[in-house]
Amino acid sequence: MSVKDFINYVRSKNLGDVLQDYPIAKDFLANFRLDGITKALPLPQALATVEEETLDEFGLNREGVLLKFCLFLEDFAQAEEATGTAASLTILGGFNKLKEPENINLTIASGEVVSVVGPTGSGKSRLLSDIECLAQRDTPTGRQILINGAALDELQRFEMGGKLVAQLSQNMNFVMDLTVREFLEMHAKGRLAKNTGEIVEKCFLCANELAGEKFSIDTKVTQLSGGQSRALMIADTANMSNSPVILIDEIENAGIDRRQAVELLAKSEKIIFISTHDPLLALRADKRIVIKNGGIDKVIEICEAERKSLAAIERIDHTLQMLRNRLRTGEIITEELLK
Amino acid sequence: MKLVTVAGPPSSGKTSVILKLIEGMDLAKGSIGVVKFDCLTSFDKRSYQEAGIPVQVGFSGKICPDHYYVSNIEDAVQWGIQSGLKLLITESAGLCNRCSPYINGILSICVIDNLSGINTPRKIGPMLRFADIVVITKGDIVSQAEREVFSFNVKQVNSSGKVIFVNGITGQGTFLLAKYLEQARDTQTLKELKLRFTTPAAICSYCTGETRIGEKYQMGMLKKLEFEGI
Repeated sequence: MSVKDFINYVRSKNLGDVLQDYPIAKDFLANFRLDGITKALPLPQALATVEEETLDEFGLNREGVLLKFCLFLEDFAQAEEATGTAASLTILGGFNKLKEPENINLTIASGEVVSVVGPTGSGKSRLLSDIECLAQRDTPTGRQILINGAALDELQRFEMGGKLVAQLSQNMNFVMDLTVREFLEMHAKGRLAKNTGEIVEKCFLCANELAGEKFSIDTKVTQLSGGQSRALMIADTANMSNSPVILIDEIENAGIDRRQAVELLAKSEKIIFISTHDPLLALRADKRIVIKNGGIDKVIEICEAERKSLAAIERIDHTLQMLRNRLRTGEIITEELLK
Repeated sequence: MKLVTVAGPPSSGKTSVILKLIEGMDLAKGSIGVVKFDCLTSFDKRSYQEAGIPVQVGFSGKICPDHYYVSNIEDAVQWGIQSGLKLLITESAGLCNRCSPYINGILSICVIDNLSGINTPRKIGPMLRFADIVVITKGDIVSQAEREVFSFNVKQVNSSGKVIFVNGITGQGTFLLAKYLEQARDTQTLKELKLRFTTPAAICSYCTGETRIGEKYQMGMLKKLEFEGI
């Protein structure tokens, strides 16, 4: 519907019905301190009961409110349709810190997981930020990022920027004072999801599967443990985030099933970059980008031999996990346990 | 000279964003200057000086910062031109959620931070509503979901504004912001241009130094709260 259609629609229906059709419009009214307005009349008539002075404080008059309201509906009706899609992402190499060419042409399809490895300060974040800003040979590295095989013009870059990439890092926290349910509902609302209840439930179950220690949906997000928070963030990103690309800065190994986490994210048909030094994660990826001297040194496809070693690594990890659990429950650690 | 106005609540990260932005812009050192409008004190002058950025700082004191801004902005522009700047960035702290130091035709940026509360974008008002670009800071320490909900709430009040996440510590995001700034138009003078929104109005006895409480001391423009049930 165009703005004009919305104006006709809003004029012909009681405000209460409009709010039923577009629940998000409640927020609009609250933003302009109009939440108390009568719902039993169409908006123009309802506005007649509001004092001009109140509207004036927002720099608006009655006509202005009507127009803004319809623009708001149009915007969010559109946003509902347009979600960013990226079936593939291509990295065309630039230069490293020594000005040597990277000679890289790497295409990653949705559902693929790529790990990024390299010493601290080698340029891993630089790569991730090139991806985030959709570099077009205009960042210090000279790299170019293609989406679905095509270069992007300035406008597309700005439009996609911010929506393309979701990020997860170790120092992220929840700062809202909400329960898990309220938190998920709030995010679902922001996405204008129709089946809120369903998505919330799915996300919650998924987070609980990833978390070492289970939590209830009525727990405050700020009271979750580190592992539980991370589990909720991952479940939420996989199920609810619109962004087709996810950048992850290490998943710590406390209180969360990392293998399941990566599998879940890959299943969500997203393109995943994970910066990690954890062999369990790196070998579970499809490809591995090695960074050296600020540039991509090489790209390793995970081969059968590497994958086979996963089982052995998992056994080691298992042993460590067992030792941790023993420590936690106050038991004694002996050499016997390691045999 | 290009002119850009930056506004935002206190401690939202305006100075950090501007410093990182200047660092990332492809302009000669000293050709980007800053005029900072603040209220009582500011410790940012040194940060700018240390980075070799020409800077002027003004304090509004007991005057409404927005009124102070409007009365001085043209002089700031002339200072910038005389100093041979290519780009002048003005920075002002919004104090009452009612500030909006934006001028028609002049690129306007509002800086708000993710830690300020999820509903804050809906409360800030004209400072956010009339900005061309909304920079969200401190996103590196909150969850993806909170970032998404936060920017959704920004979109609710300013659907045409561009939202950019900037990390004021690492500078991540300033690259895109710098790209936008290239579009700022050349300005020789602001005379005859208009503010996008009126400044907070206050012409009452308290503006002129009255401190006593009581109806007989209240004169000029007044607004009374209506208490329910009395």
